[in-house]
Amino acid sequence: MSVLEVKDLKKSFGKTDVLKGVSFNLEKGEVLSIIGSSGSGKTTILRCINQLETPDSGFISVGGEVFFDGNLEKENTKERRRKQLLVGLVFQDFHLFPQYNVLKNVTLAAELLAKERADYKQNKKAIHDEIIEKAKAILGKVGLSEKLTNYPCELSGGQKQRVSIARALMLEPEVLFFDEPTSALDPELTGEILKVIKSLAEENMTMVIVTHEMSFAKAVSSKVIFMDNGVIEEEGTPEEVFDNPKSQRTKEFISKFSD
Amino acid sequence: MDQALLTEVFTRLADGFVTTLEIFALTLLIALPLGLIMSFGSMSKFLPLKYAVRFLVWVVRGSPLMIQLILVFYGPGLLGQWALDLVANGNTNAVIIWLSNIGVMERFVAVIIAFSVNYACYFSEIYRGGIESIPKGQYEAGQVLGMTKTQVFFKVVLMQVVKRIIPPMSNEIITLVKDTSLARVIAVYELIWAGETFIKLKGIIWPLIATAIFYLAFSGLLTFVFGKIEKKLDYYKT
Ligand SMILES: Nc1ncnc2c1ncn2[C@@H]1O[C@H](COP(=O)(O)OP(=O)(O)O)[C@@H](O)[C@H]1O
Ligand SMILES: [Mg+2]
Repeated sequence: MSVLEVKDLKKSFGKTDVLKGVSFNLEKGEVLSIIGSSGSGKTTILRCINQLETPDSGFISVGGEVFFDGNLEKENTKERRRKQLLVGLVFQDFHLFPQYNVLKNVTLAAELLAKERADYKQNKKAIHDEIIEKAKAILGKVGLSEKLTNYPCELSGGQKQRVSIARALMLEPEVLFFDEPTSALDPELTGEILKVIKSLAEENMTMVIVTHEMSFAKAVSSKVIFMDNGVIEEEGTPEEVFDNPKSQRTKEFISKFSD
Repeated sequence: MDQALLTEVFTRLADGFVTTLEIFALTLLIALPLGLIMSFGSMSKFLPLKYAVRFLVWVVRGSPLMIQLILVFYGPGLLGQWALDLVANGNTNAVIIWLSNIGVMERFVAVIIAFSVNYACYFSEIYRGGIESIPKGQYEAGQVLGMTKTQVFFKVVLMQVVKRIIPPMSNEIITLVKDTSLARVIAVYELIWAGETFIKLKGIIWPLIATAIFYLAFSGLLTFVFGKIEKKLDYYKT
């Protein structure tokens, strides 16, 4: 069964139809890149799956759990939160918590979740230590072992984005989503982020990446979707989409970006 | 200078000083949380509540505190008297009878009510400004990490709001120190009144100067404390 299923997803804001029926599946360990011009609805797809927007209609499931099936009946918040942990989202402009240092940014959510565990009272210390160790390991993996006690305002854009990736990884999502993770960065800093994402791909992390980095998308993904004006204009393997695009619009878009 | 006068001056000033401090402390104690509750009201999605709170804030901020003090003090008593007259003329309406039991307001209680509501209105606008200035992304980041709305407010948003509102709050609180002297319009014996007494009674002005020095010292202390807090929160930038 696919770890992520999206069927006929529709979403409009007021009179603008932003998603006009988007469907795709993703298997465990796959990496999907979503490309397309600005305003084509890429962010809206990620926001719908991550429960930041309520779709108008369609179907979404992650890890076999139904996130949305057109039934607008209000789900209780507990269910919603449980499902929320199956997905992780890395924002374009980080949204780190400025008042906490790097380590606390990564541990905060895990610490709050741990408080709800039945054995929290007895094992407080052990649970806390475990969380800290795990966070340190993840921060080490993204190359930030030296920055544990720094505050976000003391970091470069690339470092901030790596903290925000670590923060999402900490909760071990089934699928990790990236919304243009390098778009807010100076060009010379994009490399360090792409390297981190590549290493995650090598560990078979299931990921959906919205990006304008075409050669990166081609190298890292198993599947590519080209969004145009609220619909999937073309999809396939990187070779199919980048090297032999069928649609004229895809051709135009790709030629604009490859230089 | 004779000893008796000195003692009298200090006893009287101390009386006024205690009242001034009481007004200051009680007003803060009530207005700080009340303002927060009001700010939630003024941001409510329930429109009648939102507009009711915003109307109250507009009225209170738009009219002199002195008038509010007078109204809070005399209003209930006059209302009670009016109802009492009606009852005396044979009115048996239950509400009128209930109203007729309202007596004259305790002066100090009137002062605390008027000050608390007035300052809660100012504080609520500062809180609202602070809360609304926190980017949507902070809430969304919290939600995506599986936090509840309450956790997001207390663990993510609140500290950032506090940092942003410290400067305007310290301004308001220093203004409150000086505003306490308005209590005298309904004959509450606060510090300035105490100082002024001696001009009228004995023709000496230095007790009044002494009260001015007290206000300076008090607001100086507050400026210092808030400066410290600001500095303490300076370890990060948003
Ligand atoms: N909250 C919103 N309210 C109104 N319009 C929105 C909102 N979010 C996105 N849109 C509109 O939806 C369209 C698609 O936006 P988006 O999904 O962000 O595109 P992309 O990420 O591909 O650039 C844009 O025209 C945008 O203006
Ligand atoms: Mg976007």
